[in-house]
Amino acid sequence: MSFSPDERGFYGQFGGAYIPEMLYANVEELRLKYLDIINNERFQKEFHRLLKYYVGRPSPLYYAERLSNRYGTHIYLKREDLNHTGSHKINNTIGQILLAKELGKKRIIAETGAGQHGVATATVCALMGMDCVVHMGETDVKRQMPNVLRMKMLGAKVIPSMSGNRTLKDAGNEAIRDWINNPTDTHYLIGSVVGPHPYPDLVAKFQSVISEEIRWQLKEQTGSELPDYVLACIGGGSNAMGAFYHFIDDAAVKLIAVEAAGLGVDSGETAASIARGTDGVIQGARTKLMQNADGQIIEPYSISAGLDYPGIGPAHAYLHSIGRTIVLDATDDEAIKAAFELTRLEGIIPALESAHALAALPKMKFLSSDVVVVNISGRGDKDMETYIKALR
Amino acid sequence: MNRIDNLFHQKKNNILSIYFTAGHPTLLSTADILTELEASGTDMIEIGMPFSDPLADGPVIQDSSAKALKNGMTIKGLFDQLTNIRQKVKTPLLLMGYINPVLQFGVEAFCKKCREVGVDGIILPDLPMDIYQESFKKYFEENDLRFIFLITPQTSDERILMIDSISNGFIYMVSSSSTTGAKGSIVSTQVAYFERVKALKLKNPLVIGFGISNRETFNRASSYANGAIIGSAFVKMLNETTDWKKGISDFVKQIN
Repeated sequence: MSFSPDERGFYGQFGGAYIPEMLYANVEELRLKYLDIINNERFQKEFHRLLKYYVGRPSPLYYAERLSNRYGTHIYLKREDLNHTGSHKINNTIGQILLAKELGKKRIIAETGAGQHGVATATVCALMGMDCVVHMGETDVKRQMPNVLRMKMLGAKVIPSMSGNRTLKDAGNEAIRDWINNPTDTHYLIGSVVGPHPYPDLVAKFQSVISEEIRWQLKEQTGSELPDYVLACIGGGSNAMGAFYHFIDDAAVKLIAVEAAGLGVDSGETAASIARGTDGVIQGARTKLMQNADGQIIEPYSISAGLDYPGIGPAHAYLHSIGRTIVLDATDDEAIKAAFELTRLEGIIPALESAHALAALPKMKFLSSDVVVVNISGRGDKDMETYIKALR
Repeated sequence: MNRIDNLFHQKKNNILSIYFTAGHPTLLSTADILTELEASGTDMIEIGMPFSDPLADGPVIQDSSAKALKNGMTIKGLFDQLTNIRQKVKTPLLLMGYINPVLQFGVEAFCKKCREVGVDGIILPDLPMDIYQESFKKYFEENDLRFIFLITPQTSDERILMIDSISNGFIYMVSSSSTTGAKGSIVSTQVAYFERVKALKLKNPLVIGFGISNRETFNRASSYANGAIIGSAFVKMLNETTDWKKGISDFVKQIN
């Protein structure tokens, strides 16, 4: 199957490339070339070789027996946390670094929230001998210090973003400004299914390996390729898009995206961009975003730096608008509780982001025969400070 | 006749255009700044509509936008402030900003309001050309508004010619591959780009912006185009001066 936008990058009314002329040449170059490059046999061979031997794919699909018993159903965990660098982000950075090489770029820039994408970018830059600059909101630099230190050890330059709330959106703004100022030698390695076309499609295609594997792994373990549910957390939406991608055409599979409610969707301190968002343009794409009546973007809040974003990938806005996905939300407290539950039942410490997906389990009603796949997008090492605080 | 067209009809060289952010330095300073700029001899004025996430702007205009929003500036508020402006100010006025606030206001309502208060043109760098032509153009034309396209050193000759063919008013020539803000001087790569564009003999007037900050850069840029736009340097002056009426008049005098 292939879930793709139209030629101009629209999924229904969402998507497109709302970019200033300063970025036009770069984005147009990508748009014209990305499909030919990534569909090339040599590219695919190298991409899959690195995913297998460098990243460690396929990531296991693990039947979580004790968690299943707790919820009276069958729960499988897609273990993206076991990837090299500790999250699903590496799937996309491997793909984009190969693409950047094909385009002849020498310098890589990226934005990061939790630091998972920054680490995954710094890693592939070290692997390929490319210069790497990671923009990261100053607030996130403080709350995700282990990842900042990893990026530095990998040779990346980490530039704290000082605008706005100094979180993920602001890091994205600074990365875009960096690209405007360095248009010829630089590739902007976007970490999620956001930004101007072709990024949402490009990142979705690289992350789609997640659902591609889930299908055959489920078949191996249950006899059927199709689960009843796929659950994933959603900030920009890259792990959710990867986990949903190859199930979009299978209407029987319910796709559940879990947003970060922060202190609650009605608290004013939230990152639930679908629940609280309206139609608009953010960072080059038409999508759902949190904004006031004057069209000013509202600063989001979530305990999870990776979900702390006021928009959502345009493909997700579309899938939700046509009723293909169900969007739930989980608060900071619910996510922390879910993280501890998984840790104590299965011995797996999930990232705070992934904990939001787990936090949806108690909000749903499953049949004992249901097969439920939860995407564990990353591991919790980077969040130990937050978890230790909760322990006290 | 649209005031922008009229200006370029009457004056071919050294057209001085100044940008400032509405609502900065104070919420109600817009009308006074406009009056003072006209009195000092500014040829054309761009009023910035502040946005929370100004992607194409450097630190100075990011800061003025954030302050303006904090002061309570909105698009609706700006139109209220401009309601009687044409009784005092005759200079061509443009609104410059980002697409999202305009979308929320409503494109048609926005264009009507612009005409009502006497705005002559609009600059929205993140509105793509194809979307403009499909869903915006008719409202701009109905309301006699010029939509100003940008070109940059990365824009191909072919694309520049296409932009020229669908433009009116003037073309905004971004001086270098950069966000807004003073650079201090004009370097040889920029001159090569200015000469390349000049050689295309476009039908629309050219005005150079981004990195123009003083008499030297203004004169240099004006020698390759019909004029130039000063933004960040002017906004910075407003930030630093205590007597901004005198500040404005001194600023314009040292350029002209």
